[in-house]
Amino acid sequence: MAQASALSRLSRNGAVRFGGVVLAVLVLIALAAPWLGTVDPAQMDSAHIYAPSGTQAPFALADGSSVAHTLHMGGDSLGRDIFSRVVYGTRVSLIVGIATAVVALGLGALLGMLAGYFRQADAVLMRFMDGLMAIPAILLAIALVAALGAQVWTVVVAIAIPEVPRVTRLVRSLVLTLREEPFVEAARALATPTPVILWRHILPNALAPMIVQGTFIAASAVLTEAILSFLGLGLPPDVPTWGNIMAEGRIAFSQYPGAVLWPALFLVPTVLAVNLLGDGLRDVLDPKFAKR
Amino acid sequence: MSAPILQITNLQVALPSGGDRTHAVQGVSLSIEAGQTLCVVGESGSGKSVMATTVMGLLPKEVQVAGGEVLLKGENLLQASTQRLRQLRGQVMGMVFQEPMTALNPVMACGDQVDELLRTHTNWPGAQRKAEILRVFNRVKLPEPERIYRSFPHQLSGGQRQRIVIAMAVILKPALLICDEPTTALDVTTQKEILSLVEELQREQGSAVLFITHDMGVVAEIADTVLVMNQGLPVEIGPRDQVLHAPREAYTRMLLDSVPSLRPPPARPEAQGPALMAGDAVSKTYRSHDWLGRARETHALQQASVAIRAGETVGIVGESGSGKSTFARCLIRLIDPSAGRIHWTDTEVAQQPESQLRPLRSRVQVVFQDPNRSLNPRLRVGESLIEGAVNFGATRAQAEERAAVLMDKVRLPREGLARYPSQFSGGQRQRLAIARALACQPQVLVADEAVSALDVSVQAQILKLLRDIQDELGLGLLFITHDLRVAAQLCDRVIVMHQGRIVEQGRTAELYAAPQHDYTRKLFDAAPGERAGHVAVADAD
Repeated sequence: MAQASALSRLSRNGAVRFGGVVLAVLVLIALAAPWLGTVDPAQMDSAHIYAPSGTQAPFALADGSSVAHTLHMGGDSLGRDIFSRVVYGTRVSLIVGIATAVVALGLGALLGMLAGYFRQADAVLMRFMDGLMAIPAILLAIALVAALGAQVWTVVVAIAIPEVPRVTRLVRSLVLTLREEPFVEAARALATPTPVILWRHILPNALAPMIVQGTFIAASAVLTEAILSFLGLGLPPDVPTWGNIMAEGRIAFSQYPGAVLWPALFLVPTVLAVNLLGDGLRDVLDPKFAKR
Repeated sequence: MSAPILQITNLQVALPSGGDRTHAVQGVSLSIEAGQTLCVVGESGSGKSVMATTVMGLLPKEVQVAGGEVLLKGENLLQASTQRLRQLRGQVMGMVFQEPMTALNPVMACGDQVDELLRTHTNWPGAQRKAEILRVFNRVKLPEPERIYRSFPHQLSGGQRQRIVIAMAVILKPALLICDEPTTALDVTTQKEILSLVEELQREQGSAVLFITHDMGVVAEIADTVLVMNQGLPVEIGPRDQVLHAPREAYTRMLLDSVPSLRPPPARPEAQGPALMAGDAVSKTYRSHDWLGRARETHALQQASVAIRAGETVGIVGESGSGKSTFARCLIRLIDPSAGRIHWTDTEVAQQPESQLRPLRSRVQVVFQDPNRSLNPRLRVGESLIEGAVNFGATRAQAEERAAVLMDKVRLPREGLARYPSQFSGGQRQRLAIARALACQPQVLVADEAVSALDVSVQAQILKLLRDIQDELGLGLLFITHDLRVAAQLCDRVIVMHQGRIVEQGRTAELYAAPQHDYTRKLFDAAPGERAGHVAVADAD
């Protein structure tokens, strides 16, 4: 039951281990992008338009000089190095995934605790959330990006907001049970101020299911960001994201499938790893879903 | 005499490695003849339930039988196939579990559930099955068997549900009836009815009964033979009167001594002085609206009054639904009373908003029933213990000093402050909850069923601790319980509640000597162990 045993159970869970390792590798790739044999992902060299994978040739840089370079994944229609773009795209995907989960969990936790603990707030907040849930998530995100302009933070907010009602519902239901727990009632009898009760007694005990939900949000955020970019509604096309690379490669897919397949080869394991991690966390942290 | 129905020889049940002990059951032997009742009694962790599930062949996979023999009418159950066991269950052995709600399928009418059992085990035509079910329902004294046949479990009371489970257990007239704490979740008056029902059915069908319980009172009521277990080991086995009246083993004696007597100790001098906490005509009404907006009122508490003075213990006794917990919660203002006045010393608090209440809350503190849930599992014990003192203006250092002193007072090591609640046992956690309540130096302590979830030996320790602390600090104590024995030992005055109203109150000795109200008399009559003269045993010590 104690924290230590939860950690050791986590480390013994196969799904958690696999997901964790894949994610750790991706984080390393994102952090070490400049040292992995990449060039400026926005740099175009007309010599490398649709260059085949593995081409070894000098690559002209912005300042006019050129460096010896291997185009592991070939060049795209503008002569940019796909490998560099995919590696740098890892950064955007991870940032969007994690930031979306944090924003959605933060907002959802706040609203959920308000709705769960204060009966007056409940009806108003939850009906608003019901309204929000009636709008398809991807359409809401597209509308928000269109309204806010396309930057990393607006994309994060646009993807996070449709997720907020689900988190709110989850947290509210947890708070509704936790507020009846004797230790919460004891805290009330000890004159603990309500914000402290919510922060010290309720939130830590609601954390495990929230973390699980957070991983699923992160996985779907990575996908949604790619979809937005692919539709041309996400970050500007010069920003290297997996969705942008695929969108750009779509036109010449039949002749040069590399520009679509290489980023997909990163996108699929990323989403899979995060989902597996979430499944594993749920198995370990949530006794209701524990395997028999 | 005839051959025993159930014979267990040197049963060993191994636990998965890594636990705190290697065997759940070690070296248990017993035999029950037709028409006999064997009670297995022990505290939590004694292995008594594991033994019962072994007989039924329902052990979880991780737990393995390591040796011994279980013979049911001469047939070795440990070697029987899953199929054979399924055949035997219901037909040759019937089972009654503790929690009737979980033993029944919530989405199936009760009659259909019994019918399913008959269809599996007999080839009777439908009409005969139905007639037999109604006969058994009638036999277990369910009102209106026809209606019950169509009812779903949630539409019945706890006692009625347990009767359905018993009906299922006995309908095929099994030779062996296994009852695993069948009355623990029930009120005493219901418990008494269920116990006498089991007895009647046993006499009628001549079956052997294996009865698992933690309650010495229940043992005194129905046992022919008693097996005492502790930590998986058999402690003592013998005829009821010998085990209860002349126990051979120290552990048995300790268990018996821990059972509080129904006879109150000599009264203490009546408490004087002003009331530290008082409720006057407190009522609580819940209003719910159906989908048409029609209001429905539930009177959880009506016109209840109480006053607690310094150094005095007032008990509120009642069964579930009597409103005793609602009353306590109103008094400590965890819920808002609908009417009435509540005083904490001289301050009227019944309608005070929470912000006005907060500075006063140190005067009245509370200890709850469930030791597993009364401490925040994510906070170190030290953090929980200083919370109150810090809220009332003590510095962190002062509060920590006070917490350390309180750990001494509740007889726990000071190092425990750095641990998490999960590292303590149930009794220890209840001590921590008491320490937390004392940390803000209250004048009145409300204990809501504070010892009900504990083993009887631990219960005795906690009661002693409460008494010592009261003597030392001169606290007023409001003690909510369903247990007349506990109330007898601890309380100066007792209030009896029934269906949201106070039906009787008085000084403990007088009330116990001559209960006036019908309901109070019924409660006393139902207290287990009364009939068999078990009380005398406890008094002798």
